[in-house]
Amino acid sequence: MKTLLFILAQVPVPKDLDLPLPMPEWFLVGVLVLSFLLHIIFVDLMVGGVLLTLWFEWKGLRNKGYDALAHEIAKTVTVNKSLAVVLGVAPLLAINTLYTIYFYSANALTGLAWIMIIPLVTVAFLLTYAHKYSWEKLAQQKELHLAIIGVSALIFLFIPFIFLTNVNLMLFPEKWGTVKGFLEALMLPNVLPRYLFFTVGTLAVTGLFLFWYFGRQSYEFEEKLPDLNRYQVRKMFYGLAFGALAVQVALVGPILISTLPSKGISPTLVITLLAGVALVAPALYWMWQDMTSPNPVHLDRHFGKVASLMLVTVLVLGSGRHIYRANAIEPHRELMAEKTAAYRELIAQHAQAMQNNPTGELLADAGGGAGEAVFQKNCSACHAQDVKVVGPPVTEMVSIYKNDPEGLKKWIKAPGKKRSDAPQMPGFAQLSDGELQALSEYILHIN
Amino acid sequence: MDFPIFHLDFLNNRVLIAIIAILHVLVNHALAVGFIPMVTFMEWLGFKTQDERWDKLAYKIMFVGFVITTTIGAMTGVGIWLSSSLINPYSIGSLIRVFFFAWFTEWIVFVTEVVLILIYFLTWKKSNASFRSKGKHILFGIGLSIASWFTMAIIVGILGFMMDTGNWLTERSLVNGFTNPIYLPQLAFRTPLAMVMAGAMGLFLTIVFTKKGEEIRYKALRFLGGWMLFWMPFSLAASLWYYKVIPTLMIGNMAVAVGTQDFQDWYNLLTKFIFGAPGVSFIVALASRWKPQQVPAYAYVVPVVVMLGFAGIFERIREFIRKPYVIGNYMYSNGIRVDEYPLLQKEGVLKFATYVKHREVTAANKVEAGKDVFMVACSRCHTTSGINSIVSVFDRMYGGKGQPFPQEAMKNYIKNMHNARYYMPPFPGNEKELDALVAYIAQLQVYPESIEGVQTAGTPIQTTREEIQQLSERILARKESERNNKQLAEKSNTQAILKQ
Repeated sequence: MKTLLFILAQVPVPKDLDLPLPMPEWFLVGVLVLSFLLHIIFVDLMVGGVLLTLWFEWKGLRNKGYDALAHEIAKTVTVNKSLAVVLGVAPLLAINTLYTIYFYSANALTGLAWIMIIPLVTVAFLLTYAHKYSWEKLAQQKELHLAIIGVSALIFLFIPFIFLTNVNLMLFPEKWGTVKGFLEALMLPNVLPRYLFFTVGTLAVTGLFLFWYFGRQSYEFEEKLPDLNRYQVRKMFYGLAFGALAVQVALVGPILISTLPSKGISPTLVITLLAGVALVAPALYWMWQDMTSPNPVHLDRHFGKVASLMLVTVLVLGSGRHIYRANAIEPHRELMAEKTAAYRELIAQHAQAMQNNPTGELLADAGGGAGEAVFQKNCSACHAQDVKVVGPPVTEMVSIYKNDPEGLKKWIKAPGKKRSDAPQMPGFAQLSDGELQALSEYILHIN
Repeated sequence: MDFPIFHLDFLNNRVLIAIIAILHVLVNHALAVGFIPMVTFMEWLGFKTQDERWDKLAYKIMFVGFVITTTIGAMTGVGIWLSSSLINPYSIGSLIRVFFFAWFTEWIVFVTEVVLILIYFLTWKKSNASFRSKGKHILFGIGLSIASWFTMAIIVGILGFMMDTGNWLTERSLVNGFTNPIYLPQLAFRTPLAMVMAGAMGLFLTIVFTKKGEEIRYKALRFLGGWMLFWMPFSLAASLWYYKVIPTLMIGNMAVAVGTQDFQDWYNLLTKFIFGAPGVSFIVALASRWKPQQVPAYAYVVPVVVMLGFAGIFERIREFIRKPYVIGNYMYSNGIRVDEYPLLQKEGVLKFATYVKHREVTAANKVEAGKDVFMVACSRCHTTSGINSIVSVFDRMYGGKGQPFPQEAMKNYIKNMHNARYYMPPFPGNEKELDALVAYIAQLQVYPESIEGVQTAGTPIQTTREEIQQLSERILARKESERNNKQLAEKSNTQAILKQ
């Protein structure tokens, strides 16, 4: 049992790609953290938008006003989802470049789920379009219409599991030998808390966004949503954001941090995370003040500050995430770099040795002259002297071309298809005239 | 290739990439690169003639393009990436390191393209309000057309690079991806091809969105027929140019590339199809240009199908002719670099592999180690029981009647196969591993077995504690000597200063 555990705990140290990073590492890290921030905001708006569309359309079954609200939210989703995808390319590129081995290994180990992202998201997108563009047509078949967005919402809620499993698994090479497939990788500690953190965060971001969206001067609220009150609707979204943020700070954040495997935790990380939490506190305070103010005009009073603070918070937390990642795999990266260097040295040494002693076994010459060498290299894969291998034996060639060396050469350069029991021979246009001459002489002199 | 090995034994790994990639190219060419300029042109026709029927038709056609490109188009684009990183991580990882900047620029152009397509489609109806806003909208269409073309122009650099690394091997600079001899002809070929494909799509959608007898239907058919006819000569000229610059050895692969090895005889037929598809489309285009009333509606399905087929076959050939390399002259399609070969052929591939069961072939583990060799050297393109299975390939070679494989001959074949079948990379392992591989394949013939990839079976790991210890010692020794060197340098510095 002990040996088994020992084997299970093996840490793979693979060789890295032997190409330098294309940009300085700090630049790639900057691209990763910043572009991921942009990406995740639109992902939040997409997922949160779909969830709220579903919620309000369902509420709209009793109150028509909410149905119209759901439709308005749905219109934002089809835009935000396109931006979410396209903005995801940059962080994907950066993580591919910086953490090639880690990311791809995690991808391979959860391969089926990983590639299912493509059809699943495509279907979810098509469903959101179908849902948005069939609003009037399916007005009388609300169950069907709700089912469409319901399936889409389920898919959107599932996809983050795949991503989170991957970005988690990549940090733990010591687990790569123990997980068998996506589900086992999903069960590793910290994936579920991360998921919880993501979903609650989604509601907070979407709440803030919709609060702003429906508050814009240019948004003709009374025309588009005549049955609802702008102040009430906006207060509701602000409340959603407030609630989600409070839950995040008081409950989910602590769970996330306390389940973080200890190997990547450092003082810098703790300070960064605490700074992130500290930034949320004033934002919560201002939101509470604005929502409870008896004067409706005050609802917006601190919004600019709140939104900026939130942006900074997300940036700080994103940096924390990066610090953890860097800490967690740094020792392993160093081992891997050393292994890659050692392998590079071996290759160079070997090449050197080959140069000094070119009669290695690879270049072994059978000693029968140029023709035989050409035959060995190009023909012996399929032809033997007196038995059929893939193609006919040499003796048979001799019987056909005994008096026609030109015909043999022509055939070798551009063969046709003669035999039903053998695949067609490929052409050897790359042979020089000299090689061809030597080869045909060699063949025709075999008896 | 030193990764946990993802493997699809039934579908075949390459087929997964192929399905996603071909779908993406079709959507990209037919519904974006060629489509947007065509739709913008139609919108402009409506603007110029102040005939709102043009505008309505163009909008409906654009709706299809919008929905498909922002769902299937966008996701398959990401999908090519995800699937290649599963199947050949070394290759895609290397490409990204070489082409980081191109990819990054691609991303910026791509974001621009998406933002413009959102603006273009979603503000279409609003823009009909005034003369000025409509003009602006058409300008957006032109900007979007340029952006879509640029995304293609950049990615073609990467594709051209994979087929022929040009000077990159010696100079290692990004520019070489774009100055290599295949770049311009490929771009010149794809551009009009996309226009023709979009025209075929446009014809079909016009039939869907208009009724028989409606005047606008025939106007649009005439216009789109002319559109296709205009681009076809460019397409033909560029394809000849493209064909001419494909390196000679790649052309040597053509017969196999077109029909896959088992269907080599189809070569002629497929060549006919390649010329036939644009030919048929030419006839339909010609007819709808001059006699649109007399063309039956179902005829418009034909150019869509044949042009999609044509583009699909083109991609298949392009993919194939770069073999045996995945990155020309740098990395073979098994993910092993050319410069690794001499070492591996002497010492063996297993010795340096992390994710295999055995690092050495012994009498006792021969067949199992042979399976490891198969996974490292063959599994990127071959399966054991599915599409392009190693058993069926050898069976076909040795007569196709299920006779027991001649093992000695197989060894000789595998050793020399790169010369006999240029598209096959040389066998990367040593003599013992070749023995093991052949033993494994021979057993597969008797006892078929489907290999599970790491995505379901997990992965064995061969890094030993001793190895980690050795590596740690190397690191310490290196750091130590770095520190000493630094101290020495400082010392000599201070001495130099003191002397002064």
